[in-house]
Amino acid sequence: MHPVIPYLTAAALFGLGVYGVLVRRNAVLLLMSVELMLNAVNLILITSDATVRAELPASGQVFALFVIVLAAAEVGVGLALILALYRLRASVAVDRIPLSERAPVTDGIPVQRRPSGATLPVRDEVDL
Amino acid sequence: MTAADVLLLALGAIAVGAGWRVVITSHLVRAGLWLVVTLGAVAGAYLVLAAELVAWVQVLLYVGAVVVLLLFAVMLTRAPIGASSDLDRPGWTGLLVGGGAALGLGALLLDGYRWQKVDAPAVGSAQLLGGEVFRHWVLPFEVLSVLLLAALIGAIVVSRPAPGDDSGSR
Repeated sequence: MHPVIPYLTAAALFGLGVYGVLVRRNAVLLLMSVELMLNAVNLILITSDATVRAELPASGQVFALFVIVLAAAEVGVGLALILALYRLRASVAVDRIPLSERAPVTDGIPVQRRPSGATLPVRDEVDL
Repeated sequence: MTAADVLLLALGAIAVGAGWRVVITSHLVRAGLWLVVTLGAVAGAYLVLAAELVAWVQVLLYVGAVVVLLLFAVMLTRAPIGASSDLDRPGWTGLLVGGGAALGLGALLLDGYRWQKVDAPAVGSAQLLGGEVFRHWVLPFEVLSVLLLAALIGAIVVSRPAPGDDSGSR
């Protein structure tokens, strides 16, 4: 078995993930690209587990399991953030978030209100 | 070239091709479905590399749970059904950085391994992996459970409508 084949596959997948994160504009597609990168890392871990004799057996596989769990947690929180963003802006385009404008009121939800009832002055001042 | 090599090459080609489609397609839903193909091919590569348990966990967690969550996100953000033309921004930087990352990583690994041959690993068992997790990696395992709890609470807090807001019951 030539380990260079899965290694190069992982490198290509990682590059695709980086490209996706930088180029995509939809937040959901951003999450998918992050998944591609995490999978590349997992593939490298599994391949090195199969090729390098480590002191502890199967460490690479254990790490890969941990990374998979981390990815699941990340997608859960990411989905919550995306939905909060969508509720606020009615759009998930990451480069078109109007930080310097007043946010649109979507479906009758007064987006200017915080739990305390105070208005949110930060949004008018923050600028990227 | 052994059978394992051929399998790894084929699965790698499928994974990279489908991954390419994930980052260039203009259909949101199709990106999610191509992601399934990529993750499945990577799971197949895990099987060839004798990581049986990880392969099935990948199928269960990634193809099962993560992709379903992503498709939920697609639906809940009311993504258009057909092709949308504004999914990408013009990205020479993306091409440059992504290509640079892939080429750099590939060159590094290529230099490290050349066309070296390694004996095919013995088929791993869930017993060995479970023993390792609970013998040497117990602390990370427990920390991970705390992290999952934190992620759960965080997701609930973030997605909950504000307390004084009775119209936000969605």
